[in-house]
Amino acid sequence: MSERVVENLNRSLKALMAADASVYFIGEDVLDPYGGAFKVSRGLSGSFPERVFSTPISEAGIMGLAGGLALAGQKAIVELMFGDFIFLAFDQIINFASKSVTMYGETLPYHLLVRCPVGGNRGYGATHSQSVQKFFIGIPNLALYELSPLHDNNVWIPKLMNCGQPCVLFENKILYTQPQLGPGPVDDLFQVDFLDAAGLMARACIEPDPAGKVLLLAPGGMFHACLKAARQLFLEQEIEVQIVVPLQLYPFPAESLRELLPQYRAIHVVEESTAGGTWGAEVTATIQKIFAGNFPRPIHLIHSLDSIIPSARHLESEVLVQPDTIVKAVSGRAT
Amino acid sequence: MTISASPPPIAAAATLQADLQLLLLIRHFENLLLDLFDTGKLNGTTHTCLGQEYIPVALTPLLRADDYIFSNHRGHGHYLARFGDPEGLLAEIMGKAGAVCHGVGGSQHIKRGRYLSTGVQGESLPVANGVAVHLKCEGKGGVAVAYIGDGTWGQGAVYEALNMAKLWSLPVVVVVENNHIAQTTSQARNMAGSIAKRAAAFDVDFIHIDGSDLEAIRQTLTPALARVRTQHQPLVIEFETQRLGPHSKGDDTRSTEMLAELKRHDWHARYQAAHPELFQTVEREIQTKLAGLQQEIEKRPPAKWLRKTA
Repeated sequence: MSERVVENLNRSLKALMAADASVYFIGEDVLDPYGGAFKVSRGLSGSFPERVFSTPISEAGIMGLAGGLALAGQKAIVELMFGDFIFLAFDQIINFASKSVTMYGETLPYHLLVRCPVGGNRGYGATHSQSVQKFFIGIPNLALYELSPLHDNNVWIPKLMNCGQPCVLFENKILYTQPQLGPGPVDDLFQVDFLDAAGLMARACIEPDPAGKVLLLAPGGMFHACLKAARQLFLEQEIEVQIVVPLQLYPFPAESLRELLPQYRAIHVVEESTAGGTWGAEVTATIQKIFAGNFPRPIHLIHSLDSIIPSARHLESEVLVQPDTIVKAVSGRAT
Repeated sequence: MTISASPPPIAAAATLQADLQLLLLIRHFENLLLDLFDTGKLNGTTHTCLGQEYIPVALTPLLRADDYIFSNHRGHGHYLARFGDPEGLLAEIMGKAGAVCHGVGGSQHIKRGRYLSTGVQGESLPVANGVAVHLKCEGKGGVAVAYIGDGTWGQGAVYEALNMAKLWSLPVVVVVENNHIAQTTSQARNMAGSIAKRAAAFDVDFIHIDGSDLEAIRQTLTPALARVRTQHQPLVIEFETQRLGPHSKGDDTRSTEMLAELKRHDWHARYQAAHPELFQTVEREIQTKLAGLQQEIEKRPPAKWLRKTA
C-alpha cells in the first residue's frame, strides 16, 4: 500500500529532527502514544524526548516559546491542534516573530515553522473547520504554504525550516489519510508534472498542452475536489481541465507561470475559504500585476459561501466548496 | 549542577560613582527627551522611566553578558543600564546616523545582542521562556530577564508563560516595575488580588522590593538570582516603585499633590543628600555630556535602513 500523506509528513519531521539537533517540536497532546490529534507527531517524543514539548492549552505561550527558541538561534516547529486556534497566537506570529525579522533594522534569520491543520467537510462545526489562510496574507516576513499530496514533504519541510523567516504550513485535514502522490499518473486520465525548476508548482493534466483549456489553480487541500470535478467535466462535458497546485500561497510566485497562464481559455482560482478577502483575490491581483493589469483571460474565484461553517453534513456541504461547485462554475462559464 | 565562571558583567563594577553615573544618565536622558518633544525636535512617541531608573541600575552588576534581557515600551533605562550608550539610543529616537537599530525600531523596538525590547504588553514572557529553554540546555547558567509593569498582568500571555516556566523549570526572571499605574489607570481599577499571590498560584519564587537603595537591593537579589542560574527556578521580583513622569508626553492626569507625594520617595533627592559633592560633580558631567551629544546628533544625516527587498 502506498504511503499516506500523514505518514509522509511524519517521516519528514522525524528525518529533520534526526538530522538537525537544533530543531524543537512544540504542540498540545503531541506525546506518544497519542502523537497529536491527527497523528502527525507520532513517534517524535519517543525519538527526541528532550526536544519535544507537549504543552498546556496556551497557544500564545506556545508560539512565544517557539519565537524565543528561534531568537536564540534554534529552530522550532509548532503544531497547532486546529487552525482555528491560531488566532490565539496571532500576536506572537504577527507582532513578534514576523516583525522581528526586520523590525530592529537588520535582517535576523528566524527559523520557525507553524503547522496549521485547516478545513472542514468533517462535521466539526464552526470553530474547528475554518480555512484561515486569508488572515495571514500580506504579513511582512511571513511566508505561507499549503500541504499538498503532490509535493514530497521530505523535500519541502527542511526547506521551510531553513528559509530564514517564519513560515506557516496550512494542512487541510482531509489530506492526512489520502495517498501521497507525485510525478506520474494519478489515475487512468490524469498525470502529474512540475512546472518550475524548484518544484513549487505541480500540475495534473490529461495532456500537457494548455492551449484552449481551463485552469483550476488550487492549493493542495482542494486537489482531490478539483480532480473529481475535472474528471467529471471531461467525461460528461468534454471540457478539458488542468489543475495547478502551488505549494507556496504567499508571496504567490506568479512569475513562474507567466508563460503558461495566458494560454488557458479561462482560469478559476479554487479555495475552501469562505468569501471575502480571499487568497484567490490576492492571486488574481498578483497575476494582473505581472501582466500590468492587462491579463487577457477571465479569472474567476471559487470559494465557500460567506457563512460560518455548520456542523450537520448536509448544511456543511452547502457552505463549503464541493466538486460539484467547481463543475457548475466551470461549465457555467464555459457555455 | 555547577556553573562556569561568570563572564565579565557589561557595566563596570558597581562603585558608587558608577551607580550615580548610570542613575543620572537615565534621569537626564529622559528629561532631555521630554524637552526635545516640547520643542518639536522629536517625532513619534516616547515613554520615560523617570522615578524608576534605580531598578535596572540595581540589576546591572547582577546580570551577565550572556543573559537575555527583554524590555518593553518604557525601556530607555533598561538599555542605558545595560550598555551605557546614550549616543546609539538618542540617535535611534531621533532617527539619525549611528542609531542602534538604524532608526527602524525607534523608542520601543530595540535589539542589541541579547537585549531586545518590544511594544506589546506581555508578549515577551513566552519568548523569554523559549530563550530560557535554550539557556538551560546550554548549561552555562544564563538567564532570561523580562521587565514588565503591573499593568502587564492584564495579559493572559503572562499567566501562560509563568505556568510553563514553572512546569519546565526555566531560568526566567520576571522583573515587575510596579508603579501602580497603567498609562492613566490606577492599579485599584486594574488589578484584583496581588502580584505576590499570582506568583504563589504558580508556586513561583517571589521577592518584593520596597526602596531604592542599590546595595540593599543587590544583597537581597544576589542569592535569588544564583538560584535561578543554578537550579533553573523562575523568579518574580516585584519592585514597589513610582512613575514620576507622564505615561508618554504630557498625558499625566494625576494631581500635583499626588505627584508631590510620589516625589518624596524619589531616589534622586536621597542620593543627593547622602553624597552631595560627588552627586553634584557627576550630575554636571552627565548634563554637559548629554547636551553636547544632543547638539552633535542633531547635525547628523538621517539614519539609513539597508532594507533587504524580496
